[in-house]
Amino acid sequence: MALTDTAARTRSHDPSAPVIDAEEEARLRTARLDRIGRWALPLIVFVTLIATWQWYVTAWEVPHYRLPGPFLVIQTLIADFPSLAGSWWTTVRVTVLALILAIIGGGGLAILFTQSRLVEMSLFPYMVVLQVTPIIAIAPLIFIYIDSHIARVLFIAWIVAFFPVLSNTALGLKSSDHNLRDLMSIYRANRWQRLRFLQLPSSLPYFLGGLRIAGGLSLIGAVVAEFTMGSGGQAAGLAFRILESSYRLNVPRMFAALLLVILTGVAIYLVLSWLSWLLLHKWHESAIKRE
Amino acid sequence: MADGGSSPAASTAAGKARAARPLLLSLDHVDKVFGQNIVALRDMSLTVRQGDFISLLGPSGCGKSTVLRLIAGLMQPTRGRVRWEDATARDTLGVVFQEPTLMPWSTVADNVWLPLRLKGKARKDVLPDIEEALATVGLTGFEDAYPRELSGGMKMRVSIARALVTHPRLILMDEPFAALDEITRFKLNNDLLAMREKLDCTVIFVTHSVFESVFLSDRIVIMAARPGRVIRELGVDEPYPRTEDFRTSTEYVAHCREASEALAQAMEGVAHEG
Repeated sequence: MALTDTAARTRSHDPSAPVIDAEEEARLRTARLDRIGRWALPLIVFVTLIATWQWYVTAWEVPHYRLPGPFLVIQTLIADFPSLAGSWWTTVRVTVLALILAIIGGGGLAILFTQSRLVEMSLFPYMVVLQVTPIIAIAPLIFIYIDSHIARVLFIAWIVAFFPVLSNTALGLKSSDHNLRDLMSIYRANRWQRLRFLQLPSSLPYFLGGLRIAGGLSLIGAVVAEFTMGSGGQAAGLAFRILESSYRLNVPRMFAALLLVILTGVAIYLVLSWLSWLLLHKWHESAIKRE
Repeated sequence: MADGGSSPAASTAAGKARAARPLLLSLDHVDKVFGQNIVALRDMSLTVRQGDFISLLGPSGCGKSTVLRLIAGLMQPTRGRVRWEDATARDTLGVVFQEPTLMPWSTVADNVWLPLRLKGKARKDVLPDIEEALATVGLTGFEDAYPRELSGGMKMRVSIARALVTHPRLILMDEPFAALDEITRFKLNNDLLAMREKLDCTVIFVTHSVFESVFLSDRIVIMAARPGRVIRELGVDEPYPRTEDFRTSTEYVAHCREASEALAQAMEGVAHEG
């Protein structure tokens, strides 16, 4: 209110001063609130949750083999990091490899589908079948048919992750502007030129959307694969360490490993969002701030 | 309209001079039928000569755009044929759509580069052509801008520059200014005529605006819908260059009245048949 008064007074005294009316004032206030709230509110929720958790554990004297406090989890993470780091690296490697395979497999199939309507009609239903079959249900079969541990884990993670890349890219490749397609015909573009100059750029926003989903799914796939294909030793991933810690009732370490999994997922999401922004911010609506 | 004949456009001196220009292409009794029985175009004949500025004028559904798509080779006639007399004109054909149809992920210069890029030309080799086309439409200095940063009129200018970059003998324009505001449209009309003086190319221009067709063209082909067909051809025998003054001249008004009446007849015929 005071601000509005000031604005009104300024206007009456100095005609050249910028005029900010009440509506614009409210808009600016909302924008300011948005800017601060975007990081402050989640932070408040986080601190409150952690504090409540710690208070609950301390006040009720919960034994740490049932629920460790957040500080114990952090302590365990630091103390066990040398041993957890190897597992973390295993899981990250499987996740990234599965994601790369999902990009190659999903993107490649999508391109193949747009090049040949016959191939698409023949194969797409089976891609859907592959997608809707619960991966846990076929894991024992994969265990029988694939010998190499890393190949098993990768295969499972890939099946989980490739579909969003495939379906989004296929949709994107088909959604190029029809006038631009006519233009390509008029200028007698060949198949490759059409793909390179029109279809691939048109599908990029769709592909990146699929990639962001696939990033999370490949981590889930890796964890699921490690749970079902579990093996110890050097190659053990984070999921296996969670299982192993639970057998030993080392709950703080379970939480520590879980925390690493979550951080990995968030990191993948952030990297893929950044990549998406990098590739789209110059031209695509989704990455452009409205004036 | 086959070579003059009964066409009123050929009865004047200017019309006769026009008929003496070399042939570029012709449509001979072309029919286009979609599906089983949707007749988009019936018995369409049109002779295009070098230097013509032809407007195809008519209501929606009269097959104006179909004519352009047939000429562009995007579809084949059901009956009759499209005959090119000038192979170079076909190979360098420029097209401008109703929407600017730019690639949003490419800069202005790269959009203009596209037709040459598809012919395998490296950007650095054709940079002078790109610069020249952009200069012609008045967009020098916007090479590195992205389409989203431009106004509707400027996007359309980029689209025209892209059509010009192949040094076309024939440009097809499908209601290119229909989506623009009137002030921008008038400006682009003037600029289009100025460009054509400089480039000496033939234009086939689809429009549903009587005023636009009279201002721009020297031949107006009036079409009716259901089925799409030619009703009349009018000549606008006013000399180029035409400037803004032409818009207020008595000749302009007279031609507009003539075209409007012919168009009204075309619409009436449709109403009776419907």
